[in-house]
This record gives sequence, structure tokens and C-alpha cells, in this order.
Amino acid sequence: MLTGTHFLQGNAACAEGAIAAGCRFFAGYPITPSTEIAERMARRLPEVGGVFIQMEDEIGAIAAVIGASWAGVKAMTATSGPGFSLMQENIGLAAMTETPCVIVDVMRAGPSTGQPTKPSQQDVMQAKWGSHGDYEVIALSPASAQEMFDFTIECFNLAEEYRVPTILLADGFIAHAWERVVIPPPEEIKVVERKGPEAPPGDRLDLVPPMACFGRGYRVHVTGLTHDERGYPQADSVEVQRRLVKRLCDKIRANADRIVKTKAFALDDAEVVVIAYGAPSRPALKAVKMARENGLKAGLLRLITLWPFPEKDVIRLSSHVKAFIVLEMNYGQLVREVERAAKGTAVTLLSKLGEELHTPYEILRALKEVC
Amino acid sequence: MSFTWKFTAREIAEKPELLAPGHRMCSGCGAAIVHRLVLKAVRGPTIVTHPTGCVEVTTAIYPYTSWRVPWVHTAFETAAANAAGIEAAFKALRRRGRLKYDHVDVMAFAGDGGTYDIGIQALSGALERGHDFLYVLYDNEAYMNTGIQRSGGTPLGAWTTTTPAGTKIPGKPEPRKPIEDIVVAHGVPYVATASPAHWMDLVVKARKGLEAKGPAFLHVIAPCPRGWRYESSKTIELSRLAVETCVFPLWECVDGEHKLSAPSKAIALKPDLKKPVVEYLKAQGRFSHLFTPEFERVIDEIQRVVDKRWYLLLKKCSV
Repeated sequence: MLTGTHFLQGNAACAEGAIAAGCRFFAGYPITPSTEIAERMARRLPEVGGVFIQMEDEIGAIAAVIGASWAGVKAMTATSGPGFSLMQENIGLAAMTETPCVIVDVMRAGPSTGQPTKPSQQDVMQAKWGSHGDYEVIALSPASAQEMFDFTIECFNLAEEYRVPTILLADGFIAHAWERVVIPPPEEIKVVERKGPEAPPGDRLDLVPPMACFGRGYRVHVTGLTHDERGYPQADSVEVQRRLVKRLCDKIRANADRIVKTKAFALDDAEVVVIAYGAPSRPALKAVKMARENGLKAGLLRLITLWPFPEKDVIRLSSHVKAFIVLEMNYGQLVREVERAAKGTAVTLLSKLGEELHTPYEILRALKEVC
Repeated sequence: MSFTWKFTAREIAEKPELLAPGHRMCSGCGAAIVHRLVLKAVRGPTIVTHPTGCVEVTTAIYPYTSWRVPWVHTAFETAAANAAGIEAAFKALRRRGRLKYDHVDVMAFAGDGGTYDIGIQALSGALERGHDFLYVLYDNEAYMNTGIQRSGGTPLGAWTTTTPAGTKIPGKPEPRKPIEDIVVAHGVPYVATASPAHWMDLVVKARKGLEAKGPAFLHVIAPCPRGWRYESSKTIELSRLAVETCVFPLWECVDGEHKLSAPSKAIALKPDLKKPVVEYLKAQGRFSHLFTPEFERVIDEIQRVVDKRWYLLLKKCSV
């Protein structure tokens, strides 16, 4: 580990975070603007006894990650929109088989090839709903190179703790930003290790069952078919389907309070609250500070966890604030979740499409209009 | 397949440029030359499909296009599948008497990433179904568009950003996938390799591929000054050296019968002409780490792989 203070690109910080979290397997496929993560892992993993594989496509990349995770190694991949789309079937498989793994999606502008070199936040809904069926994932949204490091570790920890595919939803701004990154000594980094089973399979019905990896004394049966607590297919049983899908979702929903993280700024007496995540949360902070200087009662709720959606924060605020302003680098995705939780409180979307980031002045203008 | 068509150099020069100048490919780009030459071989109405890659990006920058034929930018993995849809739809139109042309040629151009790796499923499917189209692989031997990552077409020992030469690996540890043999194994009517250094051979092969009844595959070496690390004026020189060292021999396979093309046939008949691979390797920065005591053995290994494949090719061509 490279303990110390560095000047790093967000993508490089992500790779270092993965290594610090104990990731020793990376399978990927080049795609702008995430490629530097693969490039760094190609150089760094052999140095720490890990394996880097460049796969034939993104379907192969996520499938290899699932294989490596079941072999008992912390594993990740990194991609962007088109590759993330190709991964969706296997992300569903990872959710169904409760495979801990980390997928970094450095969002660029779409649909389709879109604007490969331009940042966006256009995969927010795809991260949650991209694969078919009912399942839950965890997604975090970094807003600095330091957070690319910190949240990658957090993604691994959450993936291991809840046995769930965890997504680092970065955007092209943050991934390509060069900033100061502090890498603490290993003993100061919290790393969650995988829990192995201590009892025969099916004996316990925890929301998050322990994981029996290959070659650890259990006969392991991993399947995307509906399966019972022992892992055996029960493709015809209504009861098993109901039990499994409920548990796959409830293990995240019931633990949402423990998973969800937000950052508050000047919320105590705020009348208008800006809700932002990722890169736009930086101009948002500046705008709210400027608004306060102008005597406006503005506040900022920065979402760190996007999935599960931090609805309790929004519900709590909606009881007394006048309005929400939601910043997104898309045409309105997470704003729907805010509207759902805001229950009638006015919600305004400040949308950016393409390479532009919101300026503090634009946000301030919107705040003035609403206040 | 009977074949009587011929072009003179003058006729090639006088044919319209279907790839308009002003595109943003790098100076010395092999792929640019390949595209320009292949498009000289069209016989009439032609539609081109292109997956993501250097050429797609650089020939279609808003508000411009370099394409003087109808052109589709398809997803990275689907060049052949997209071509299959176009070709099959025209077939249906013809069957119903609604096509005003005798023939509409469908061409897919794809790089090595879009062919060896992510696109091989679509390619294999289209070859097996027997769609009448020409697939041109412009092979610059790595993902150059995203900044020089290894592909299934990257040769043994080459440095790329995902096969960095260091203490653990001497560049890419594996030889490249024999994509042209994989295509031949599908039993398609026409497969050929070509090099921009032998431009007449390249144009003739492209035309043969278009005229073949069924799928045709043209594998063209396309040196990349950025990714291969050489002076951009040396593209044709390297395209020629690849042939002279038998790193990239020229041949065609018509209905399953292999035949050496003239430049490689000359070497087969006069083995003294065959140059050692070291001449090809030392001209490129991507192999520079091999010229150290640590990795010298890899040069021998590359020579061995090239010799072995050349030997097998000679057998296939009954030389």
C-alpha cells in the first residue's frame, strides 16, 4: 500500500482504494472514461500478488469477477455506460447468487456511445433497475479523488457485509480530477472480511447468509435459478421464490439505516434545500455558502449513498422546508426518488446535459427564485 | 469463383474517394490508408457499418462526416450482426421486387478489438448464417481509441498499457489469436490477408471479397504510429516489413483452398528473402524492452512462433 500523501487522478485513487480494501482480482475491458483504473490495476496488482485480466468484453469482465469472488478473492471491475449496460445480466446474477463484488461505473453521456469523454450522471436508474427482476444493490457517489479512494474501500466493505454487488457510481469529472489524496496506514483503514459458514448450509436463515467459497469444505452450488437456503434450484416453488426475493431485497432495505450516508450543510434552519450528489455537490456547497452570505436560508443535503435511496433524510426535511432543488447531470433521474419522498413539497430539477457542470451562480439564482 | 476483374493504378487513382479527406486520423495512420484503398474497390451502391473505434471516432466528428456512402455507427460488439440485418433486409426487398439496384454491397469495417474480442460472437454468427457481406478487419493490434490497451490481436511481447513490460511480464505474454484461421474454419467463400504496402493486392482482394457469394473476410494489417511507437513516416515500411519477415504473410483462401499471394509466394520460393523478425521488432518502440538481456529470449520465442505459423501456412498452400 502506498501510505502517504499523493497527487492522484480519481481513477488512480480508486485503484489504490481497491488494493487497500484487499482487492486482488480485476477483470476489465477498456472504456473511456474508466480505462485508467484498469491500466493502474494492470501495473499494481502483480506487485501485490494479485491478478489483472483484460477480458474480451464487459460481459466477460463481470462474469470473471463473479467467478473470482466465489473462488474467495475480493474482486472488481470498472466500466462506463455502454459496458455497464452489457454487464447488467451478470449484475442480476451477482445479486441472485449474493456474490460480493464491486463495479465501478464512471458515468459518461449517453444514450448509446453518446459523448465518451464527457461526464454525466446518466446511469443512476440503470444502477438500480438495470437487470431484470426484483433485487437491491448498493451504490455510492464520490465527489473527489479522495472519495474515489475512500468510497472504493467502503464499496468493498459493504459488498462483503451484505453479500451484494456494490456500485461506485462516479462521473467523468471526479474520475479524471487530479487532487490530493491521503492514503492512511493500513491499520487505520477499516476492512471487512468475508464471513464463512460455521454450520451446515440451510441451518440458519439470516438475512445475509455466510458465504461458502469454493474449496472450503462445502459442496457449493451457485445458480441464477431460484434456489433454497442450501443453494439448490427450486424453479417451480412459489414459496421459495417469494422467500428468496424478499430476503434479497430485505437484507438491504432492513439495513438501509446502517448503509445510507449523507452529508448535511446548514440544514438546521434551512428553508430551501439543495440536494446533490457526485460532482455537482461541489458547486452546490459553494452556492449554499453564497446564499447564506446573502441572507437566504439555504442548506445542502449531499447524497453519498444513492442506493438504497436516502429517503428518510428527505422525508424528515420535507416536513419543514419550503422547497428542494435537485442537481443532476442528466435529464431527471434521482429527482423522481426525491419527489416520491418529498410528499408534496416543491421539487425543482436543475438539469445539466453534456459536459457542463452547474455553476455556483446558476444554483444561487435558482435558490433566490425559490426563496 | 471465376474472377476476371482488373484495375490499373490509373483506374484506382481516378476512382472517387469515398472516404473524404479532412478526417482526424493521426498522420501516418495505417487504418486511414486501409479504408481509403478498400473503398476504391466498391462496385456500386455500398453501405458501411462501423463499430466503435479509432476510425469511427475520427471520421464522424460533428458537424462533419468523411463518409460518402451511407454509414452506420453500430455498437462495439455488433458490426457483423448489424451488417447481417442490412444485407438480409435488402435480400427481402429484392425478393419482393422492390430493389432498384442489381446489388447493394454491405461492408463492415472493424478494428481488432471489435473483431477478435467483443465482436467475435456477432462475426461468427454472421459467417455461419452465410450473409453476403465483406468484413474488413483493420488490425492495429491494440485498443488504440482508448489509449493502447492489449487486444486478442496484440502480438507476443508487445507493450501496451494493460500489458506493461516490467519485472513480471515482458509485455503481452500470449501470442495473438489466429483470427483469419478461425474465419476460414467457418467455411466461408473468401478469406484474405492484405497489407497497405501492397496496395494493388489489397484493392483486388477487397473487390474479390465483395464479389464473393456469401461472407468474405479481409484481414489487413494497419500500423499505428502512436500505439506501436514509431515515426509516422514509417507506416508503409512497417507494413512491408511485416510481410517480409512473415509476421504477416499475404494469402487468400478461396472456397477453402489456401493460396499465397505474390509477395509471400516470392519468399516461399526463395527462403533467403525471409527477413528475421528482429528487423520488424527493432523498428517499433512497443518492443524496445525486448532488446535487454532480461527479455532477449522473447525475441527468439517470437521468431519461433512466426516460423511455426509460416511453416503451417506453406503446408496449407502446398508449397
